Amino acid sequence: MSDTPLLDQLETGPWPSFIADLKRMAAKKPQIKDLLGQLERSYEEKITHWKHGGIVGVLGYGSGIIGRYSDLPDDFPGLEHFHTMRINQPSGWFYTTAALRMLCDIWDQYGSGVMNMHGSTGDIIFLGTTTDNLEPCFQALARNGFDIGGSGSAMRSPSCCCGLSRCEWSCYDTMEACYDITQEFQFELHRPGFPYKFKFKFSGCPNDCVAAVARADCSVIGVWKDDIRIDQAAVKAYAGGELKPKGGGAHVDKLDIQKDVVDLCPTQCMSWDGSTLKINNRECNHCMHCINLMPQALRPGTDKGATILLGSHAPILEGAQMSWVIVPFMRMEKPFDELKELGANIMEWWTENGKNRERVGELILRLGMREFCLAVGLDPVPQSIKTPRCNPFFFWHPEDFEAEAEGKTYIKL
Amino acid sequence: MADSVSKEELVESIYQEVAKVQGKKQLKAGDLTKLMIKKYGDAVSKNDVKFAIKELIDSGRCVYTYFGGSFIELPHEEGAAKHI
Repeated sequence: MSDTPLLDQLETGPWPSFIADLKRMAAKKPQIKDLLGQLERSYEEKITHWKHGGIVGVLGYGSGIIGRYSDLPDDFPGLEHFHTMRINQPSGWFYTTAALRMLCDIWDQYGSGVMNMHGSTGDIIFLGTTTDNLEPCFQALARNGFDIGGSGSAMRSPSCCCGLSRCEWSCYDTMEACYDITQEFQFELHRPGFPYKFKFKFSGCPNDCVAAVARADCSVIGVWKDDIRIDQAAVKAYAGGELKPKGGGAHVDKLDIQKDVVDLCPTQCMSWDGSTLKINNRECNHCMHCINLMPQALRPGTDKGATILLGSHAPILEGAQMSWVIVPFMRMEKPFDELKELGANIMEWWTENGKNRERVGELILRLGMREFCLAVGLDPVPQSIKTPRCNPFFFWHPEDFEAEAEGKTYIKL
Repeated sequence: MADSVSKEELVESIYQEVAKVQGKKQLKAGDLTKLMIKKYGDAVSKNDVKFAIKELIDSGRCVYTYFGGSFIELPHEEGAAKHI
């Protein structure tokens, strides 16, 4: 009988199995046999046998290494130390095959050979090495142009979609912005000084292919300010079936412009009279539905930049949150000084006021958007209202009365 | 930094704060910044403390640790590791 009957079941499905991969690795890496054994034990006992955290790292850095130890080191000696290394990924996850081979060779030499491309933050994940191998592995990576990424109470490795490199909808160069911000905040990435983690994610358009709106403390999502560009002849071609919706990837072969596009517009800002498509761009909320369906007929405008949102995270102290608009439109051009300054101000306010393990979005919930805007020097904007027309209350502060007495008006007609 | 607090003094002062609570309490970089500003007032800035901590870490006198958050502590034996 097999030593791992429960794990073996994971090889029986129609999909590739990580168990099959691990068994292949076990032939040349003895610690992987222990890894399979401990995992089988966990499945039997329905409890993890990993301990994590501690003091391991590389000299000078406090990020990028996650200490892992087995709580059954006598039974599985290969897992006595089995640390994880996070390696900062290249922008857009572009590699040459030579770079991939180099990464694999380094990890074969210094670690278990097991890696994950990529972790949820975006890093390359090296799974399983000993404390003694951490520093030489780091040095080997550094000699080949790679650095370790973020972990702990630090800025995490920023990530981005492929942006202008492959996508015609990208409203700014996400890869350049991601790289530039990574370089700007090297100190914050490698030396944990925050209350908890802080993530930047860059999406080129509101399709948000890196899910920045749900997963990044600071979401930078490409957007345009002017009108959607329309090619009316192409719209007619979609209506007539000569062009396939979504390039052939839609649920239908031929678009019913009224039913599939106009009626599904969330702000009802479109109309179709059978020959001309009209868009009331003032009401458009840039959901991308119409553009996604008819990419040869509709394109984002030409006055492009990004919306900056803040605060999304998975459940930690509070429940999960989505990001919150703080700057409706920011030009995204090198050297991205406006974003860098805003990012630094946000981090400073959060570091000053945040409790241990409190994300910036949770701090805003606790202290209020008003305190946040005052602290980082942002003007309140209508786009920050999460549920428009739902809250009739406005909390006046004494300085508001004084400002009003001096002539400040709050309602701009 | 103001003349009254040298970098060496600031580094030593941070080290003493970490050593004082070792084993009893864990301090984050932000805690140390607040402690130093409370102690020295305008004579030190947040940036001074940031680079003083860097010096302590780079020299190996202090290390970063992770126990549900990142802290700055004196180097010590790894509690989670098997004792051989």
